[in-house]
Amino acid sequence: MRILVPIKRVIDPYAKVRPLPDGSGIDTSGVKFEINPFDEIAMEEAVRLKEKDGSIEIVSVSIGGGECEEQLRKSLAMGADKAVLIETEQSLDSPGVAKELEALVRELQPDLVLMGKQATDDDNNQAAQMLAARLGWPQATFASKVEISGTTATVVRETDTGEETLELSLPAVVTADLRLNEPRYIALPGIIKARSKPLERRPAAVNATPKTRIVKLEQPPRRSAGKRVGSVDELVAALKDRGVL
Amino acid sequence: MARLLLIAFEPSDAVMGAGFAKDLGLPFDLLAITGSVDSDLGAEKILSAGLPEVPPADGIAMALVGVASGFSHIAAVASMRSKDVLARLAGLLDAAMVTDAIALESPTVFKRPMVAGSIVATVEVLAEPVVITFRPAGFSKPERSGSSAVETIALDGTSKARRVSVTGRGGSRPDLSQAKVVVSGGRPLKDAETFERIIGGLADKLGGAVGATRAAVDSGIAANELQVGQTGKIVAPDLYIAAGISGSTQHMAGIKDSKVIVAINKDGDAPIFEVADYGLVADLYDAVPELTSKV
Repeated sequence: MRILVPIKRVIDPYAKVRPLPDGSGIDTSGVKFEINPFDEIAMEEAVRLKEKDGSIEIVSVSIGGGECEEQLRKSLAMGADKAVLIETEQSLDSPGVAKELEALVRELQPDLVLMGKQATDDDNNQAAQMLAARLGWPQATFASKVEISGTTATVVRETDTGEETLELSLPAVVTADLRLNEPRYIALPGIIKARSKPLERRPAAVNATPKTRIVKLEQPPRRSAGKRVGSVDELVAALKDRGVL
Repeated sequence: MARLLLIAFEPSDAVMGAGFAKDLGLPFDLLAITGSVDSDLGAEKILSAGLPEVPPADGIAMALVGVASGFSHIAAVASMRSKDVLARLAGLLDAAMVTDAIALESPTVFKRPMVAGSIVATVEVLAEPVVITFRPAGFSKPERSGSSAVETIALDGTSKARRVSVTGRGGSRPDLSQAKVVVSGGRPLKDAETFERIIGGLADKLGGAVGATRAAVDSGIAANELQVGQTGKIVAPDLYIAAGISGSTQHMAGIKDSKVIVAINKDGDAPIFEVADYGLVADLYDAVPELTSKV
């Protein structure tokens, strides 16, 4: 059995992020880059599945410039068996990402694609569903629990109003939500050891024309602090004045 | 010709969607997947599928391909469900997609938040069709008039996935992302029973929904689906009451579109006071029950 884990290099999700003064992009000066946290959760889940079934092979893949090797090395340190970097200097939108991943899936024929529900930079939440659609595979997004038994994946997924459990026949696409697991800490020796694992670089297969374009980025309007009230009575009066009670 | 297919997974989506349709300025058909929708929302026609429940994403998305044919825009209120289904539909249609639109400049230029709301992007759509999920708070209320013709359609939602079980929200409280009033609590509510009594009590008195911080959810005093914030629900009620919530960036990302924010917190230096319209420095165990008794 083979699991493919797509990984996106994103700006440090805990850093304060600002647009460039001309709005043409994000100001990345002095900011670190990390594996998209939801992809890291997906990677951790793949490793846990492999710990239960040693015959599983995990392949991680990233799309972008040579700098993405840093995040792929980390995925190898976490437990991926090999990594693929699909090289492109073009900034792909989600349909473009789905098409590159589709080409790789058709070649590697994994039984499961496990990836984050969304990237914490663009917050799109699109690529996995688009990939599943193109492949004609069933999907389970927002997973909080994944179990594999034979050719069936049983996934508990978070919904707007609670949870549901889906049984999917493999191959399938599953996206990780926050509560699926807590990724392990990778110590430096693990990262060094991962240097000997294979990392293949190859050119993008599709290079799809983007369907959307970011015109500009700006900071949202800030809310400012309002009024302090001294008592519950004063609060009730203020809310009545404001027409919300 | 530019036309919108507005998808209502549940009847309550239709009203919020009609406001978006009005701002978009395109003629629209309204597809009701379950239940029956109001007929005075301005749709050219209502397509009524009458399914008992929304099938898993692969099944319903495939069924929607045929319905979506001929429309330049396909849209639904942003929710976990619409992201699940509409992104798949966009994949099947090889369409452009805009997630979480909060405003529009033209039928092909939208604004949407990125990086947990710390940036607003203006996105131009370069290809048709485009699939959109939108947050209703940024758009008009619909004008109600006339009566749209209703056409019954058959949707075959046959899925490769099998829905084994569903656990849902109990009780009669409104859905968090659509509620007019949301009362949220943080970790200072020491256990689930206290949380329900204090926060749930005020919410019920106001006919509102209950929300929680990630810390409250992680510590087991509130259910997952109540989490408000970047990794949970985005809310935009008329009134948001935060009790015992310090106001992490993560939480603020989910509440900043609320019309009026009230903060009740013992710690007068809590960051929540920097965004609250009304702040009360008080112990929530005293202030919230008093508020419940006085509204």
